Amino acid sequence: MSTLEIRDLHVSIETDQGVKQILRGVDLTIKQGEIHAIMGPNGSGKSTLAYTIAGHPRYTVDSGSITLDGEDVLAMSIDERAKAGLFLAMQYPVEIPGVTVSNFLRTAKTAIDGEAPALRGWIKELKGSMEALRMDASFAERNVNEGFSGGEKKRHEIVQLELLKPKIAVLDETDSGLDVDALKIVSEGVNRVKENTGLGVLLITHYTRILRYIQPDFVHVFVDGKVAEEGGAELADRLENEGYDRYLTGSTVG
Amino acid sequence: MSSTIETEKPQAPGAKAHTDGNWDVPVQTRSERFASAVHADFPAVTGRELEWRLTPVEKIRDLIDGELDGGRFPATVTEAPGVTAEWIGRDDARIGAAGLAEERAAANAWSSFREALAVTLTAEEPVEVVIDRQGDDRTPRAAHTVITAKAHARGLVVIDNRGSARLSENLEIVVDDGAHLTVVSLQEWDDESVHLSSQFARVGRDATLKHVVVSLGGAVVRVNPSAHLAGEGATGELLGLYFSDAGQHLEQRVYVNHIAPHTVSRVTYKGALNGEGARSVWVGDVLIGREATGTDSYEQNRNLVLSDGTRADSIPNLEIETGDIAGAGHASATGRFDDEQLFYLRSRGIAEQEARRLVVLGFLLEVVQKIGQAELEARLVAAIEAELAAVEVV
Repeated sequence: MSTLEIRDLHVSIETDQGVKQILRGVDLTIKQGEIHAIMGPNGSGKSTLAYTIAGHPRYTVDSGSITLDGEDVLAMSIDERAKAGLFLAMQYPVEIPGVTVSNFLRTAKTAIDGEAPALRGWIKELKGSMEALRMDASFAERNVNEGFSGGEKKRHEIVQLELLKPKIAVLDETDSGLDVDALKIVSEGVNRVKENTGLGVLLITHYTRILRYIQPDFVHVFVDGKVAEEGGAELADRLENEGYDRYLTGSTVG
Repeated sequence: MSSTIETEKPQAPGAKAHTDGNWDVPVQTRSERFASAVHADFPAVTGRELEWRLTPVEKIRDLIDGELDGGRFPATVTEAPGVTAEWIGRDDARIGAAGLAEERAAANAWSSFREALAVTLTAEEPVEVVIDRQGDDRTPRAAHTVITAKAHARGLVVIDNRGSARLSENLEIVVDDGAHLTVVSLQEWDDESVHLSSQFARVGRDATLKHVVVSLGGAVVRVNPSAHLAGEGATGELLGLYFSDAGQHLEQRVYVNHIAPHTVSRVTYKGALNGEGARSVWVGDVLIGREATGTDSYEQNRNLVLSDGTRADSIPNLEIETGDIAGAGHASATGRFDDEQLFYLRSRGIAEQEARRLVVLGFLLEVVQKIGQAELEARLVAAIEAELAAVEVV
């Protein structure tokens, strides 16, 4: 069973106004099979955490560590992290002109497994996953995310999650912009993958809405670049009623 | 985080012709440009003219001014039902049906050819025709070709250019009422070849022309397609794809002339440049004439720069003479890799080199995917992959 450990993580980015510190000492431990919700107001550093785990070059780790089963994630390249079993479902998946979904998925699967998947089984698996996420089969021959609606892009992210079978997945505001039907389909997908593969989930969200469909084991409230409070699912209920106001001082609003 | 620089934004409907500093803006309405079949009618080329200033004219002097061999350029045409291929004389009525030379090298070819190759499609059942042109020496030559799709005919004509050549030519394309014609001009010449091709199309009522320029091989290749949407409801889709390597000059000057009402045009040219001295030129002129109400047009050029030492010129020009149009826009962008695309692919386990290869291939395949002929598309994918294999994509 795999464990992702984040210890005293400090992260900054370069902006036009100079270096800006965003994460100020994050500690988190996510085990396979667990669902952790990270909640917090805008600008609290939730997405920065997601992209730092995935290795986006925009973010500079100033101190602290991220390890997966003791292996130093920060020393890995972006693709090595994916091969090690990490996955990021993005808030704004990018379009890749000229690259079809089926070509992209097969290339990714081959890269992660180190060998090409057996053709017949792969096609069946792809078809099954797309069906479960209510994506028409024609999407396989469309270019990656090109002309997809917001909801289709998110469902496509979950198809990838299902096919690539990571150990730990970070879902960055996967619920944002989804109507309730799409939200249910996406949530069912995440729950199914967890059921089948024992996935560990770091679910980043601004709203409590998705937590009605994906039951968290732990809730962490993120404020001003670090975890301000932790608890079980009941903490989410409290946030639903009270909002984030009680965590915010004047200096952190916005 | 994208490195792409947008140089032009789509124009609002009703916008007039505009000038962007020192860009290559026509000095007069595009349709009023001088045209003639006679070489001597054009003044000597200095290389400073708008028409020529981005072209290495010293490398093509022989084609602009020299004596050209006007005999039959070696070509074999596949036989297909409803297709005729014949050599016709200079006095044939088909010569000049779609256009006339607008510059001196094209006029030199027009003055020099002795016979023209005429390929005519008559069947309503779709046919595929390949004009296989295998050049075998470097004699400066002239050629003239007329491709005609008779009313309601459907088909695809591929002009497959390979081998070695120094060729200046004119290609006329006539798409009669209700016909659907695709013409692909494929340049896979050897590294020393020089090819200048003016291609004139006249598209009739409710007819559709899909015109594709693919330039991969040759030292200097300049293909200038123009589409005159002359019949009401005519559609022109002009596609282009080029991959310019070190020292290579690939140029295309595209012109769409909306003459009739309710005509539609889409121009999409994409190119990649790699290596010291790799050069591309794209000029896209769109003219929406006074009678061309209710038209819809969009033109774009995108260039992907893969190394230092390259230069891509990209110049869209839009002239609108009527206020009553459905849409008109243009875009041009030249940039390096999109870092976010690379991040997305790599975050799915795809190694950096492979991710870059996919992005470049995908960038160019967007045009290939629009051709609509599986065999040709597969061949072009292979050709682009071969180009990429020779590239250390960084």
